[in-house]
Amino acid sequence: MKLKSILATDCGSTTTKAILIEFIDGEYRLRFRGEAPTTVEAPFEDVTRGVLNAVMEIEELSGRKLLDGEKIITPHKDNAGVDIYVSTSSAGGGLQMMVAGVVKSMSGESAERAALGAGSIVMDVLASNDGRKPHEKITRIRQLRPDMILLSGGVDGGTTKHVVELAEILKAANPQPRLGSDYKLPVIYAGNNKASTEITKTLGEQADLTIVENIRPVLERENLNPSRDKIHDLFMEHVMQQAPGYNKLMSWTDAPIMPTPGAVGSLIEMIAEEDNISVVGVDIGGATTDIFSVFQNQFNRTVSANLGMSYSICNVLAEASLKNVLRWVPFDIDEKELTNRIGNKMIRPTTVPQSMEELKIEQAIAREALRLSFIQHKAFAVNLKGVQKERTISDAFEQSDSGLSLVDMMDLDLLVGSGGVLSHAPRREQSARMLIDSFLPEGITQLAVDSIFMMPQLGVLANIDQKDLSENARKAALEVFNKDCLIRLGTCIAPVGKAKNGDLILSTTLEMSDGSEKQIDLHQGELLAISADYEPIKSKLKPAKGIDIGAGKNEEISTTLYGGVVGLVFDGRGRPFNLPNENDKRIDSLNIWSNAMNEYPNGEEK
Amino acid sequence: MAHAYTPGLKVLDNTTVEKERRLPLKGEVLVEKGANVTPEKIIARTHLPGNVQMVNVANLLNVDAQDVPECMLVEIGKNIAEGDLLAETKGLFGLFKSEVKCPVNGVLESVSEVTGQIVIREAPIPVEVDAYMNGNVSDVMNEEGVVITSNAVFIQGIFGMGGENRGDLHVLVENREDELNESLITSNMKDCIIVGGSHISLNAYKKAISAGVAAVVVGGFNYHDLKDILGYTLGVAITGSEDIGTSLIITEGYGKIPMGARSFDILKKHHGRFTSVNGATQIRAGVIRPEIVIPLNDVDDLDSGTKKNETGITEGSLVRVIRAPYFGHIGTVTSLPHELQKMESETMVRVAEVKIDNENFVIPRANLEMVETT
Repeated sequence: MKLKSILATDCGSTTTKAILIEFIDGEYRLRFRGEAPTTVEAPFEDVTRGVLNAVMEIEELSGRKLLDGEKIITPHKDNAGVDIYVSTSSAGGGLQMMVAGVVKSMSGESAERAALGAGSIVMDVLASNDGRKPHEKITRIRQLRPDMILLSGGVDGGTTKHVVELAEILKAANPQPRLGSDYKLPVIYAGNNKASTEITKTLGEQADLTIVENIRPVLERENLNPSRDKIHDLFMEHVMQQAPGYNKLMSWTDAPIMPTPGAVGSLIEMIAEEDNISVVGVDIGGATTDIFSVFQNQFNRTVSANLGMSYSICNVLAEASLKNVLRWVPFDIDEKELTNRIGNKMIRPTTVPQSMEELKIEQAIAREALRLSFIQHKAFAVNLKGVQKERTISDAFEQSDSGLSLVDMMDLDLLVGSGGVLSHAPRREQSARMLIDSFLPEGITQLAVDSIFMMPQLGVLANIDQKDLSENARKAALEVFNKDCLIRLGTCIAPVGKAKNGDLILSTTLEMSDGSEKQIDLHQGELLAISADYEPIKSKLKPAKGIDIGAGKNEEISTTLYGGVVGLVFDGRGRPFNLPNENDKRIDSLNIWSNAMNEYPNGEEK
Repeated sequence: MAHAYTPGLKVLDNTTVEKERRLPLKGEVLVEKGANVTPEKIIARTHLPGNVQMVNVANLLNVDAQDVPECMLVEIGKNIAEGDLLAETKGLFGLFKSEVKCPVNGVLESVSEVTGQIVIREAPIPVEVDAYMNGNVSDVMNEEGVVITSNAVFIQGIFGMGGENRGDLHVLVENREDELNESLITSNMKDCIIVGGSHISLNAYKKAISAGVAAVVVGGFNYHDLKDILGYTLGVAITGSEDIGTSLIITEGYGKIPMGARSFDILKKHHGRFTSVNGATQIRAGVIRPEIVIPLNDVDDLDSGTKKNETGITEGSLVRVIRAPYFGHIGTVTSLPHELQKMESETMVRVAEVKIDNENFVIPRANLEMVETT
């Protein structure tokens, strides 16, 4: 089926975003977008209200009729409606899971990875060896009331005792689902196949038990996909049915609703595969921050459940500390005043910064949320991918440590930001600065943002399964992604090594696309921005003694750099990066760097 | 006429309030449809499953898991007291027996041949639900709870702490701009709900707690003082189960912000009336805001609960600004332009033109809250 018009929405925890894609002059392009607050809150308590409001905005902007009363018109007829409608969702707090495994660092970690890969928030990992007594585990399960539980443990044919013990704990806790009291809690068993009968005997009556292939059939191999697929099925069947208005929304869509992180993750994987590069993607939302990475062709996702820009903004403050948030604020502000403002954003999560001062405070908090989320990601990313992968026994015993070696900032090729605070920053320079300050890329790294935060919608579009739609939908997703979604900000060039403030650390010769040549000398402590479009720029980078720009200390590099809407950013502020301790100097430095990047109007600080 | 969805807090001076009072698990409903109830009336009762103790008998007796059932001295489903003999081995010629004693009073729930564990469930925990407010039982949900209906004042706050409380309403300040000072709180306000204007300080709130005040309703409170009360930094706004004695309801936000004129006037008008409050707040999916309910007449002439048509803000709507720089101001929407407009922060947003004190301001629609008046 030839698709001529596609409507896609993403129901986030704060905002519902709609996009209209049309096939015009032989290509798919984004035509209009609309957004409205997500309406899980009273008085509406119905997610479709926010969807209709967002779609109504597109109607107003495009002049095209999309709604017939309170219904989206599909298929397209007489210049009204669209051919298909798809949606993702993270409203309703997303999918909240609890996972259990016998050994925390082995089956427990595999179960956590499967749950995260499926797009869920992992509330807790229970394990036989987690140091908690049975009654403590029982109390914890009862308190958390997860939407779903994934139970794993033991290799196939191995001892069954420990995993059955965990099942007995679940049975004794008898947790009630968070949403709706009239259905049984879904439990997926993905452990030792020899224990299946005992597990069924223990949990069969009490829970809605599904048995899938072992997540860890042998010690050296992980098998995550069957669990991930089952989590997604049960999410659709059970959890979504209970959330306000989702039944209606599900009846409107032409493909299953995907959890937002699952859709974004699949798109990030697509970028990495296409260009065979290492990528870090981040999606900072109202309640959570998701980080996706592909290093050495291995995909990892983490979700920082309580690091977000509205519902959990105060938790960023609590975890990062006021001092760390304040260090990014380029003016003096009373601490009490600052905490009250942040608190007010938490209790009125859909508000937007009207004044420049408010904007700078939000961007300061975003830096800390991103920084903390990335720390969590680096600690979790391990040397395994969701599909089956061989590992040696010695690797298996060192899972946590091996993960650290995967995220190598010097190896990173592309850093993509998404989520309101990055995608909707009034100036792209602000997005670039937030990404650089919080992720601290090393060597040469391209930066990009999702222009208007549509990666979730394109992710779900690219994943449509129906045969008659999938080819066209994927084509549309890729075309819009390349032409309208990804905004290339430019490239960050950040030398690594010790130097004194003011020392020359990097000399660069650039052969610009117009044939002119530029010589850039970067000194320790400096941040420089050079205007350059997204075009190849031949360059020679010569680091000073003891400095590494990607090829090792003192090693010169000849390479092609790409600019973008921001251009080339030479970051000489050092790795590790430290802000001056003295307040005046700190504010001066922040203002100098902001002016160098043209981040705020006229370079004035308000 | 253009309109936009904007969440708003309810400030209603006479409405039909319906409160669902539901048990956490199925149980027994103790009142009938049509009954008049007072807040203390227990309307439903149930028992939560008792706490669970797991004892690994196989390890304690040093036997294989499959041998545990034959060592058990108590049958599944039977009551057992703390210190009673639970299981023992046969020993050698009846000597050198190992034994396991019961750690708690309870019922033996299960014995596992796979793990050698037994489960003892302690006595069920009784749970009762009261009526919360004066009213009439308008509906009974079989085995689950009831709906209490009342004609009442209904005011939602923006954030609260502590659960349900009730008492006589005492407005302690003259104006909505006035702070609720320590000196205004006295020992004869025990079990009362006290109302201030713009702010209550940490010390004044602590004094209210020590005086046994049922609840404090005020415009603002400092965010960083929450830590002092809660013992931890509040990261996400999910509250209600704090054991602080005196519930807190702030109507406007963090900081010193005069209480909305309408809320203040209504509360003042009902000074002395018996009032129910709930500080529970949940700001995420299925949002819950704290509330103040003042039943106007206990039982008579109940409205059948007609629902209003929710349309969001329109031109002419009364709105409150909920973010700097005009935080706390109330005005009237004069127009809702379609086009995105650039703010001082350079953010492009949909806006509303709002008349505040005869002056026009352009404010992001997302920063407006509807003040519901009917």
